[in-house]
Amino acid sequence: MPLLTQRIQDESVQYSLVASLDNVRNLSTILKAIHFREHATCFATKNGIRVTVENAKCVQANAFIQAGIFQEFIVQEESITFRINLTVLLDCLSIFGSSPTPGTLTALRMCYQGYGHPLMLFLEEGGVVTVCKINTQEPEDTLDFDFCSTNVINKIILQSEGLREAFSELDMTSEVLQITMSPDKPYFRLSTFGNAGSSHLDYPKDSDLMETFLCNQTQVNRYKISLLKPSTKALVLSCKVSIRTDNRGFLSLQYMIKNEDGQICFVEYYCCPDEEVCESEY
Amino acid sequence: MRCLVTGGNVKVLGKAVHSLSRIGDELYLEPMEEGLSLRTVNSSRSAYACFLFAPLFFQQYQAATPGQDPLHCKILMKSFLSVFRSLAMLEKTVETCCISLSGRSSRLVVQLHCRYGVRKTHNLAFQDCESLQAVFDPASCPYKLCAPARVLGEAVLPFPLALAEVTLGVGAGRRVILRSYQEDEADSSLKAMVTEMSLGEDDFQQLRVREGVAVTFCLKEFRGLLSFAESVNLSLSVHFDTPGRPAIFTVEDSTLDGHFVLATLSEPDPHSLGLGSLEPRRPEPRLQAHSTPHQDDFASDDMDSYMITMETSGGSEAPWARPSGSPSPGPQPPCSPAPPSEDEDEDEAEPTTVPGTPPPKKFRSLFFGSVLTPMRSPQGPSSVLAEDSDGEG
Repeated sequence: MPLLTQRIQDESVQYSLVASLDNVRNLSTILKAIHFREHATCFATKNGIRVTVENAKCVQANAFIQAGIFQEFIVQEESITFRINLTVLLDCLSIFGSSPTPGTLTALRMCYQGYGHPLMLFLEEGGVVTVCKINTQEPEDTLDFDFCSTNVINKIILQSEGLREAFSELDMTSEVLQITMSPDKPYFRLSTFGNAGSSHLDYPKDSDLMETFLCNQTQVNRYKISLLKPSTKALVLSCKVSIRTDNRGFLSLQYMIKNEDGQICFVEYYCCPDEEVCESEY
Repeated sequence: MRCLVTGGNVKVLGKAVHSLSRIGDELYLEPMEEGLSLRTVNSSRSAYACFLFAPLFFQQYQAATPGQDPLHCKILMKSFLSVFRSLAMLEKTVETCCISLSGRSSRLVVQLHCRYGVRKTHNLAFQDCESLQAVFDPASCPYKLCAPARVLGEAVLPFPLALAEVTLGVGAGRRVILRSYQEDEADSSLKAMVTEMSLGEDDFQQLRVREGVAVTFCLKEFRGLLSFAESVNLSLSVHFDTPGRPAIFTVEDSTLDGHFVLATLSEPDPHSLGLGSLEPRRPEPRLQAHSTPHQDDFASDDMDSYMITMETSGGSEAPWARPSGSPSPGPQPPCSPAPPSEDEDEDEAEPTTVPGTPPPKKFRSLFFGSVLTPMRSPQGPSSVLAEDSDGEG
């Protein structure tokens, strides 16, 4: 993208972060998967960028775009953190339109001078260049769910295809989504308790969809359905999902997403269990 | 009760439920010896729909466990529909569907066995109730036409989706005409478009009609059955009579049959040109204050045999059930000077907002009888829903 490179080299400015992509959708698609709040925190190191969105201090979504995805990725400092309006960022990234027209690619060059400066986006398609300047904000501390693999009790890896319809058809009149993971029947069960009655979705451990099934203990946890429903976006984009619960009942969902160039990115959701203690209906 | 549906029939069942959902908000489920019956009626009681799935439709069919009373239950249409919401998904992933009644809990259990060993179980709340049945007999209708659903589907294509009512009639040369029905409102001149579709005799498998006959009914409700018939590639029969008498739409094959009974307008359409001579009825002046002319219509309509009796619920009322005893909205005579809310206290002051139902003010007869045991005859005003109340006040 000679036009964009030219523009940057003309300015004698030191950028803390410079990231270039031949196809902006390799970034925008992943960010859409975590876009359930207005604001996000961006965290960049030489390894790549992590974008975090949180809600109600109960759920957190992270999108990881590693350095290798970018055609050019330079980070001058140890780490860079800023808060930004994710809605505005996505609008800018999709400024040439969000539906892919065959044969045309929109290129992106993202530059950040450092603390106090706006994020600069240079987008180019077919010789037309758009420059966007988005103000950045003080970074806020993100939650640390303290989810480590040593405390994981149950873990399954499923092909996303099996969960997609189930998630999009979840009974939203239910306040909670109950997840049962067990070495015994029903193995893996998603339950809702809505106005019509209760619904249970059971996946047997020997199903073709099940890539990994490591359940040591029967756990039944409830999560607010409104907090988990946004994860459907990530599920729809992904090819595989890993579902883990730890000894506190905290839930980790990790989605493996292949972008248009076949590269792998990850999105993860953490959610803490619903505090209300009630008997589950059958 | 236990029924097991497999293969392509799961989608057929789902499609039937979708059709029924176009009519009413409650689904009446009744497993009988002759098959599983799913019925519904709309809120103004001007449309009734019923599907009967013969035991052959199922891989396994057990209407009732021996010694148990037969089940009559009703369930929220929304709840039952949620099981079959995505027809595409049903077709792609569902292998079998099992509907059973859980003995201990009062739950209707619908279990879908899907690809990859996945199993979906829905435990739906239901309510015991009386049997809902309309008294009608297609054979008593003098006029009948029958055509493949595809033909009728193509015939209604030109009509706008928002169109509420359509007139079906027979014109010169035994051509079958469908025309969009205009309410005779003051602003009718603003309605720019009237659509008319005419089909030749040859398009029909059966045409037992007389030139000049015409009936007007709710198109949206008709579309419900039509889309079902198209999806299962069946022929659709329309049995009808004089305006005001219900029109009966039927489909059938060896494993199922469906009946949609829709009320028809009892006034001849004053704008219905080109349909030949109409039934000799006095044209009703729109704005007259008195309503006596209508009295005669009712006498000739044989109203009594068409009254509905309110079903009495066996259990406690669910919050969403209509309070028993309050008369269901009767149709209002258009000439009545009083606003609808004065005539009857009903919860539907604005029936026009009920989707899929034509404005009840124009529909006179409510045409159901209740199938009760001979000892229990309709008890009196409190149990009669559809009293046509011209004599109000």
